[in-house]
Amino acid sequence: MNLTLDDEQQILKDGAHEFFKERSPVKALRALRDARAPLGYDPAVWAEMAALGWAGILIPEDLGGAGFGYKGFGQVMEEAGRTLAASPLASTALIAAPLLLATADAARKEALLPAIARGELLVALALDEAPRHAPERIATRAVRNAGGYVLNGCKTFVIDGHVAQSFIVVARTAGDTQGADGLSLFLVDAKTQGVTVTRTHVVDSRNAAQVSFSDVALPADALLGAEGAAHAPLTRVLDGARACLAAEMLGGAQEAFERTVAYLKMRKQFGVVIGSFQALKHRAAHMFCELELTRSAVLGALDALDSDDAEAPLLASLAKAKASDTFELVSAEAVQMHGGVGMTDAEEIGLFLKRARVAQQWLGDASFHRDRYATLRGF
Amino acid sequence: MSAQDEFRAEARAWLEANCPASMRTPMPEEERVWGGRNAKFRHPDSKLWLERCAARGWTVPTWPKAYGGGGLDRDQALVLKEEMARLGCRPPLFSFGISMLGPVLLKYGTEAQKAEHLPKIARGEIRWCQGYSEPGAGSDLAALATRAEDRGDHWLVNGQKIWTSYANYADWIFCLVRTDTSTKQGGISFLLFDMASPGVETRPITLISGASVFCETFLTDVKVPKDNLVGRLNGGWEIAKELLQHERGMISDIGKSIGGMVPDVDVIARRYLGDADGRIGDAVLRDAVARHVMDDRAFQLTMRRAAQESEAGTANGGLSSMFKLYGTEQNKRKFELALKCVGSRALGWEGEGFDDDELMLCRTWLRSKGNSIEGGTSEVQLNVIAKRVLGLPD
Repeated sequence: MNLTLDDEQQILKDGAHEFFKERSPVKALRALRDARAPLGYDPAVWAEMAALGWAGILIPEDLGGAGFGYKGFGQVMEEAGRTLAASPLASTALIAAPLLLATADAARKEALLPAIARGELLVALALDEAPRHAPERIATRAVRNAGGYVLNGCKTFVIDGHVAQSFIVVARTAGDTQGADGLSLFLVDAKTQGVTVTRTHVVDSRNAAQVSFSDVALPADALLGAEGAAHAPLTRVLDGARACLAAEMLGGAQEAFERTVAYLKMRKQFGVVIGSFQALKHRAAHMFCELELTRSAVLGALDALDSDDAEAPLLASLAKAKASDTFELVSAEAVQMHGGVGMTDAEEIGLFLKRARVAQQWLGDASFHRDRYATLRGF
Repeated sequence: MSAQDEFRAEARAWLEANCPASMRTPMPEEERVWGGRNAKFRHPDSKLWLERCAARGWTVPTWPKAYGGGGLDRDQALVLKEEMARLGCRPPLFSFGISMLGPVLLKYGTEAQKAEHLPKIARGEIRWCQGYSEPGAGSDLAALATRAEDRGDHWLVNGQKIWTSYANYADWIFCLVRTDTSTKQGGISFLLFDMASPGVETRPITLISGASVFCETFLTDVKVPKDNLVGRLNGGWEIAKELLQHERGMISDIGKSIGGMVPDVDVIARRYLGDADGRIGDAVLRDAVARHVMDDRAFQLTMRRAAQESEAGTANGGLSSMFKLYGTEQNKRKFELALKCVGSRALGWEGEGFDDDELMLCRTWLRSKGNSIEGGTSEVQLNVIAKRVLGLPD
């Protein structure tokens, strides 16, 4: 297992660092929020990201992608996390693209993946139905009829749902509401009759929507992959997304931590800088350790995904759990250590706290992933 | 075949030919070989194994051959370590001389000191102990007061050391002494002397675990030859700090090996709390066990990353400073969690009603409390990270 970056990955990371600092700093997120921007992201910045190849990181070169793999993707996500950059990168490039790659037939891959890589097509995964991530708890149902399928159900927390042209919907074609068997994937155009999309305004000012499907008539070829066999490819793609989301959270936590340490060296009380107080030093040192453990877990998961290591699901859960706990800790301590100024909207540190809680919940929080890790380990 | 593959084949062949089958089994703590004038070999083959390794220089693979080492470079030493692990070979020798004093002598010792002491360390002939802490100098080590007075042809040493590991078995001591009382760190020197010298007295300390691995060491008018000073006069603090780095590395290893005598906590939890499929029914403990083994995995990955970064020359230095802290704190958490899983069966002190593993668990739990105190407390480690890595001011 290689836990370091090769030259190409390091160049990708350095480039992403400069890009987000210049083109999508934290104040860009604030501007989108304050303007109540209809799209929730800046299409010009997204076009530049696509031009850099990032929309196609997981798409093979013969389908118009860059083929950098998960470790490469993780580096871009980490740097995006540092500036809280809002973009369709995760919904479309990290989740939809590899899911289509794993399940769509050749003609559809040709039709969709190059368009995703060019940044022209946005696709969102409609998965969760309950307030907490539960990828096997699916009540949305697709019933086969003469023309294809009829889809009914409600999805929540659909990231980039209100800007996506299409959804990949996880629906049940067999079985009860709980369980891995009988899950299928359907590609549904957002404009199809019976699809209702409601944008929700979430605390991190990033995109999420509720999407409902009411007697939506789908052609037979809306089915992606084999009927009832979605669990395996979906789980693999979710694990990739969990590892890369953990990388984003690592970047956010690292940035919040560095800002906080800088503040400790600058803010004076009782005639000295507050960073000289041991009560704060020890907490800062503790956070340093947790950040380093998180970085190792993230790199381990990314490397395992790229090398198809059997441990990849365990390490993806480890990375997401560790990143969730660490970002929770660091973002809360960051506000506390900034004191009153940390409570103000004008200071940026609070935006990290807000992003942390959303990212923690998305794709499973620390409890979810500890439970999964224990199950995978057989206890 | 690359040079490394060639060395791997050579090492493997040598180990297979020379490591007795009995030395390829897990080692109970009492069979560890510490060497010294009164060396004990609880397992008869361990003497043979030590002698063969020493003859090859592989008790200290990276030391120069001239001082009894194997003359291997770092990559070769790593290969040897991997091959020993693959065959399950026991370490031939446990020694503070190897892990702590040796690297310091190689850097600061005179030619005569190196020639005198290093080969004996490599062969396990002299067992060393460390004279650092004193009753009034624990975390504040530089406050040490044991005096070494220059008496012309010798040093006269007076004072008391404490927490001297295995002083009652050691042949020689490397000792921090005060040679100048007008400054603190700048008045400390690094001295070597024979524990058989008149005026040296050791008294074992019984710990909360019932074991006595540490001693009080009393030094009364001990005469030490002038040549036994390592480095320059009043230059001992620099050496002491460097040696502490080696010690901290060793303690996080020891923490692991102490922990290693007790199974992983998920194994314990499954045995005591698991249903027929091994699933832990108690949801709260199951979550705690999962958290613990996940942190273990993240810590292993961090140590591996540090090694790889150091290999690649991209190490940031900060990473190694967390190993002692995290390794020992994690080890303590392991035992607290194991105690919760095993319940009252983990609370036996001795005798009937408990099996050997349960009695061992209780004693090891108590011993683990010392991991975050010895070799620099966790609080000192946090200070070090805050100052050296994060740059927070005093």
